[in-house]
Amino acid sequence: MENKLIKQISIFAENKPGRLEEITGQLKSADINIRAFTIAEAGDFGVLRMVVDKPDRAHDVLHDAGFTVSETEVLGVEMSDSPGGLHEIASVLGANNINVDYAYAFATTTEKALLIIRVDDISNAIHILNRAGVGLIGIEDVK
Amino acid sequence: MPEYWDPLIERMPVDELKKVQEDRLKQLVRYVYDHSPFYRKRFDEAGISPGDIRSPEDVKKLPFTVKQDLRDTYPTGMFCVPQSQVVRYHASSGTTGKPTVVGYTQNDIKEWSTSLARGLTSIGVGRGDVVQVGYGYGLFTGGLGLHYGTEMVGACAIPTSSGNTERQIELMQDLGSTAIACTPSYFLHINEVAKNMGISLAKDTQLHCGIFGAEPWSEEMRRRIEEQTGIKAYDIFGTSEISGPLFTECTYQDGIHIWADQFLIEVVDPKTGEQLPDGERGELVVTTLVKEALPLIRYRLGDLTIIKNEPCKCGRTHPRIMRILGRTDDMIIVRGINVFPGQVEAVLMEIPEVAEHYQLIVEREGELDKLTVQVEVTGDVFSDKISDLMKLEKKVGKALHTVLNITGKVELVEPGTIPRSMGKAQRVIDKRKI
Repeated sequence: MENKLIKQISIFAENKPGRLEEITGQLKSADINIRAFTIAEAGDFGVLRMVVDKPDRAHDVLHDAGFTVSETEVLGVEMSDSPGGLHEIASVLGANNINVDYAYAFATTTEKALLIIRVDDISNAIHILNRAGVGLIGIEDVK
Repeated sequence: MPEYWDPLIERMPVDELKKVQEDRLKQLVRYVYDHSPFYRKRFDEAGISPGDIRSPEDVKKLPFTVKQDLRDTYPTGMFCVPQSQVVRYHASSGTTGKPTVVGYTQNDIKEWSTSLARGLTSIGVGRGDVVQVGYGYGLFTGGLGLHYGTEMVGACAIPTSSGNTERQIELMQDLGSTAIACTPSYFLHINEVAKNMGISLAKDTQLHCGIFGAEPWSEEMRRRIEEQTGIKAYDIFGTSEISGPLFTECTYQDGIHIWADQFLIEVVDPKTGEQLPDGERGELVVTTLVKEALPLIRYRLGDLTIIKNEPCKCGRTHPRIMRILGRTDDMIIVRGINVFPGQVEAVLMEIPEVAEHYQLIVEREGELDKLTVQVEVTGDVFSDKISDLMKLEKKVGKALHTVLNITGKVELVEPGTIPRSMGKAQRVIDKRKI
């Protein structure tokens, strides 16, 4: 199961110009590649979430630069990059009463798209998705 | 290590102390009346003659003095000795008005150092200790005051002054500082910088106590400092007008011991000036019993506190003042409600998700005051769920409302956003144009 967990990097940032530039600059200098990225905003502040190729290194770099940063375990769900792809996953989760805290998705160069989700009961979600035959990507796949 | 610097005086029975105060107060009023035209005029105007003062209780017949008197008589109009007797001047920065000047005779310096020698001894600092003095040296009384007290007890002083934090930490390690004296907010900054340098103050230094003052700080802040850095944190009190830093807690950390043979203290109602009974919170008023150059009669310090007269568990019989949580002039009035930064700090320190640094911003929108409290989100307990962060904002807001009875906007900010100070932390930014 361990290798099916993705360590997402989350950063607390104030909602003001230049913050994203500062954060991405730090990652660039450390030669860290961002594979998926989203910003959730809540008024004066926001949370940046990203999947990167070297999460532990990214965490240390940002932490040392003085950011409030955490690593959060999320799932990378494979879905078909065609109409109904997201619906298929949502149906599995919905039918099994799994609540999604947040999600974001990106397309890849293959015929698969990728959905990043955070759920409360992560091992139960893995079990259910496996049983439904849904593919999960692991940390190796984002490197 | 001796437990008392001067056991006879520090443990003197209360009635004997009263007698000492009586003699010294009588001498003092006669002395200022004879040596200072300022006091003579004041007494005459109030219809008081030195002969009217027969006991320490009679002090309430005397007129108050305030900071404005020092400004009005700038630079040395209240002094009771000629310049030839003065061996040192200190001066306030004058940021909030005309500067004030204080002066000391040789004996004044000795009494000042003695007061601190008693305090340092009471927290176990003495020969063999290395005291890093991180208060500013110069016109400010903090640095030189602690320096002389430290030398008097035979400990070693490192006059680092404030600032140059990385160097402070290096010296702390290299010279084996066992105690540090600075503002509590500066010590938190030192701790942060040390962490960034990969140094744990608890494990990698010999620091065992801190002497913190020059700004109000709360019991919760003390707990946090002690937990994070493994030292004992002691409160110190004093202001330049009455010499400088003078009084500390003892190891029981249960109030600051005020030496009654040197100072007579009262607490008064800040509005009416009426003397308040023991145990009631009011403005601290000090009469200096042994100062020669610039004695002060019933000087209103503007600090709010409570006096406790019962002897301390440590055996000292002198009165104590309980933790100073605010000043009459630090207080901000928001929508008609008195708010002290100390109250806000006490609330915030109870919430683990926020850091020690905070700032209150008061603005006026139309006719309405708006209070914003900025707090830093700490890394260790950061949840990346927006809903959790919103809950945290609400939690802080609710806790503040419970204590202050006022609704403020809570703003979560990144660590390091709130300016760090080398001296007194600026907790309140009042943007209102009143």
